[in-house]
Amino acid sequence: MGEKTNTENHASGTDRPKAPDMTPDSIKESGADSSDSDGMDSIIGEFLVESYENLDQLDLHLVDLEKTPTDKKLLSSIFRTIHTIKGTCGFLGFSKLESIAHVGENLLSKLRDGELLLNAEITNGLLAMVDAIRQILNSIETSRNEGDMVYTALVETLTRLNQGEKASVPAPVVAKPSAPAEQPAAAVPSPASAPAPVAEEKPAEPATLEDMLPARKEDRRTGTRDAEFLTEHSDRRAGADRRNEGGRGVAETSIRVDVNLLDKLMNLVGELVLARNQILQYSPAERDSTFVASAQTLNLITTELQEGVMKTRMQPIGNVWDKFPRVVRDLAQACGKQVRLEMEGKETELDKTLIEAIKDPLTHIVRNSVDHGIELPDKRLEKGKPTEGRLLLRAFHEGGQVNIEITDDGGGIDPERVKAKALEKNLISRDQASRMSDREVVNLIFLPGFSTAEKVTNVSGRGVGMDVVKTNIEKIGGTVDIQGLPGVGTTLKVKIPLTLAIIPALIVTCGGNRYAIPQVSLLELVRLDGEEAKTRVEMIQGTPVYRLRGNLLPLVYLDRELKTKRTESDDSAINIVVLQADDRQFGLVVEGISDTEEIVVKPLSKQLKGITAYAGSTIMGDGKVALILDVMGLAQRARVVREGRERAGLDQGQKAREAAGDMQTLLVLGIGDSRMAIPLSMVARLEEFKQSELERSGDQDMVQYRGEIMPLIYLNKTFRPGESVTQSDPMQAVVYTDGGRSVGLVVDRILDIVEEQIKVKRSAKRSGVLGTIVVQGRVTDMIDVEGIIRSSDPTFFDRAATAVALEAR
Amino acid sequence: MADEKQFCTFYLDNLFFGVEVLTVQEVFRYQEMTTAPLAPPVVKGLINLRGQIITAIDLRKRLELPERPEGKLPMNVVVRTSDGVVSLLVDEIGDVLEAPAEAFERSPDTVNGVTRELIKGVYKLKDSLLLILDTEKASQVETGSARESET
Repeated sequence: MGEKTNTENHASGTDRPKAPDMTPDSIKESGADSSDSDGMDSIIGEFLVESYENLDQLDLHLVDLEKTPTDKKLLSSIFRTIHTIKGTCGFLGFSKLESIAHVGENLLSKLRDGELLLNAEITNGLLAMVDAIRQILNSIETSRNEGDMVYTALVETLTRLNQGEKASVPAPVVAKPSAPAEQPAAAVPSPASAPAPVAEEKPAEPATLEDMLPARKEDRRTGTRDAEFLTEHSDRRAGADRRNEGGRGVAETSIRVDVNLLDKLMNLVGELVLARNQILQYSPAERDSTFVASAQTLNLITTELQEGVMKTRMQPIGNVWDKFPRVVRDLAQACGKQVRLEMEGKETELDKTLIEAIKDPLTHIVRNSVDHGIELPDKRLEKGKPTEGRLLLRAFHEGGQVNIEITDDGGGIDPERVKAKALEKNLISRDQASRMSDREVVNLIFLPGFSTAEKVTNVSGRGVGMDVVKTNIEKIGGTVDIQGLPGVGTTLKVKIPLTLAIIPALIVTCGGNRYAIPQVSLLELVRLDGEEAKTRVEMIQGTPVYRLRGNLLPLVYLDRELKTKRTESDDSAINIVVLQADDRQFGLVVEGISDTEEIVVKPLSKQLKGITAYAGSTIMGDGKVALILDVMGLAQRARVVREGRERAGLDQGQKAREAAGDMQTLLVLGIGDSRMAIPLSMVARLEEFKQSELERSGDQDMVQYRGEIMPLIYLNKTFRPGESVTQSDPMQAVVYTDGGRSVGLVVDRILDIVEEQIKVKRSAKRSGVLGTIVVQGRVTDMIDVEGIIRSSDPTFFDRAATAVALEAR
Repeated sequence: MADEKQFCTFYLDNLFFGVEVLTVQEVFRYQEMTTAPLAPPVVKGLINLRGQIITAIDLRKRLELPERPEGKLPMNVVVRTSDGVVSLLVDEIGDVLEAPAEAFERSPDTVNGVTRELIKGVYKLKDSLLLILDTEKASQVETGSARESET
């Protein structure tokens, strides 16, 4: 089955730039012999590829240039690009293209020489020229001639701009398909076959958020058709250009490879890994040292090969972002707004398939931010903001996921208006509306049916509601969250997995089979031993629950859900895997918990696709198959997640407390007989050290830790000075790190990690204690970590600062 | 129809079956497999075939034949279907046979039940009848509705 699609793709991949449909008339004229047309075709192919890449750069450069109109370097680079295109098409005999490039070049040379100063009109003209060139290139690519469009109007506009006059109208992108007047000898098409001008297309319904965001001028749309068309047009064409994006700028050191081929390689490498694992199993039993050595080499090479192949599929997110400066510029101009686009983390890499998948949702979000988020300049002034709005795109890796944030400093989303709209559309009841927090309300815009558009009309963003954005992102295992303050701005946070193919997962066993649970949904693991196993699981009308730090956690037994038989064992312990499904938590009771592993996700076969409990399948290290559990599906089967939006009281309570904002995660420690706590955010790691690892310098005990020397502070000595205390072996230490330096706080016991609402009951009277609080119903001292470290080593924080300064240099 | 067609043959509860040799990817011995709870009973499990995960279908169950006797391990006949590659579990593998087109006949109306649905026709061979299995239909297993009625 795989082979068939492969061959098809190969075919479509290769015939693109090279195989000619017909020989262009112009080539014949320029003296090329028909027998020589193969050579010509490959020249044209290269010309096309090169030009597409250059044009993509040109878009970026032009927008950049607008910010720094006098940048000589940029200007020269733009000039060179157009000049190259003009030169090459002169040689190849594409006269129409040449004439457009020629006027553009003239205009650019004046800009370069400082005779003209760049303004919005000239930029518009130049961008329109880039579009026109692209269109002709497209036509050359598909039909081997320059196409039937006539660009007299564009040429005229450019000439007028060149003479320093003001252009009366924004430069039209496409001239009317009238009879080709000045085409010398190129193929003359009959007017009937001329394609209808694309500009006739009506823009789809206004996008979704319009109604609840600060109103804007009604007449804006009509006056700015052209500019809007520009962006829409560039969106549409983006699909065609996509294949050219891979090797931008580094044509000499990169080649284009069919993604299917990479997929195949990836599968083969997976196989190699399994074969390697099997060989390694024999290796220890084998006496033959040559064999053992070869097995080792095989091991290393396989690992490297695996990493290498994975890397081939990774691409920087900049590939998607690169078109945003143009989108933002055109749209901002159309709306009469000033927007500065900033990008951070362009080089963040993610899987090729994901790049493709997030392209449209991101474009939509960006357009929404410019269109509805950022206010008009005078309105911004009124609110005391700078006239220029700021749109920030940030991407970074965190916890095996790629985070993308789109932040604007615009008007934000007014929860009241969202609420009113949701009520009007009957998406929520009045009762629900009154109980919802602002944040929940704002997230209502992701509900299907909230969008004003009737249906999805085109992918470029128009008429696509936020619900489609959400579904598209969820399809690739991602999440979207929206936050914002009315009047201050909006932040959209998109989290997506690094790659679809390989995910970290927890392996559990049940009924003799292994199952993989994607780590994304995993919160924590709880094990109940002996007596606890019998008493701690309580029943509410036949439904098992467990009290997890005071909250009721509904339990779901995996063996019952899967209707498998429990394997008999003496082990009466209960293993609970705490999972997050939507906004509910539940505990999945499994028979055994193995390790976490990186697994290669494979789709389910047709025969199993209908079973909601599974998300996919994978092959384990020993070559056996394991099923990947669908946490959401399981939760639905077990009716943990209910249909509809009604939430259980438990969750409401939790939400309310979270909203109160004082929730903090604490590490609870035992020192002597007292309970003490450290905010988990201050803990770098928990470590164990043996007494034998201890070394001394002066009167300071230290250990070698991660290639550095780490001093130890004994908290029991600190809190009970003068008393003779002994240290346990091994010692439990909380590692605190600041500015590249670490210190180990030795404690007697590590008791628990809890999430508590902090209310300091009493401020401290002792040194080393910040205050006293009640955690889990017991009095607990909050440790003043920094104070203790300072009293032991007064220069720690200074030196930490110096270390940072040194590194920075 | 070509004069002669080649069939990969196998046995199931003393019945002699064949599938067109071109649809068969490979044949291999019994391999341990991962069961898939909640799947319809005819789905015996999942097999890792050199990196490809394929579903094994118990043909005896599919054809509503009696259970395979204890201790007898089935063989895998891996066939390509429009829904992907599927392994059919059979009792024993026979030879690859060439059957003349004139020996073919549609299954008689009196054959009933699932067998009738899953059999394309019969080749009247010299000493036996070769039942031609419709691999497309045999690999179609309802999950949606079957699952719901089960729960």
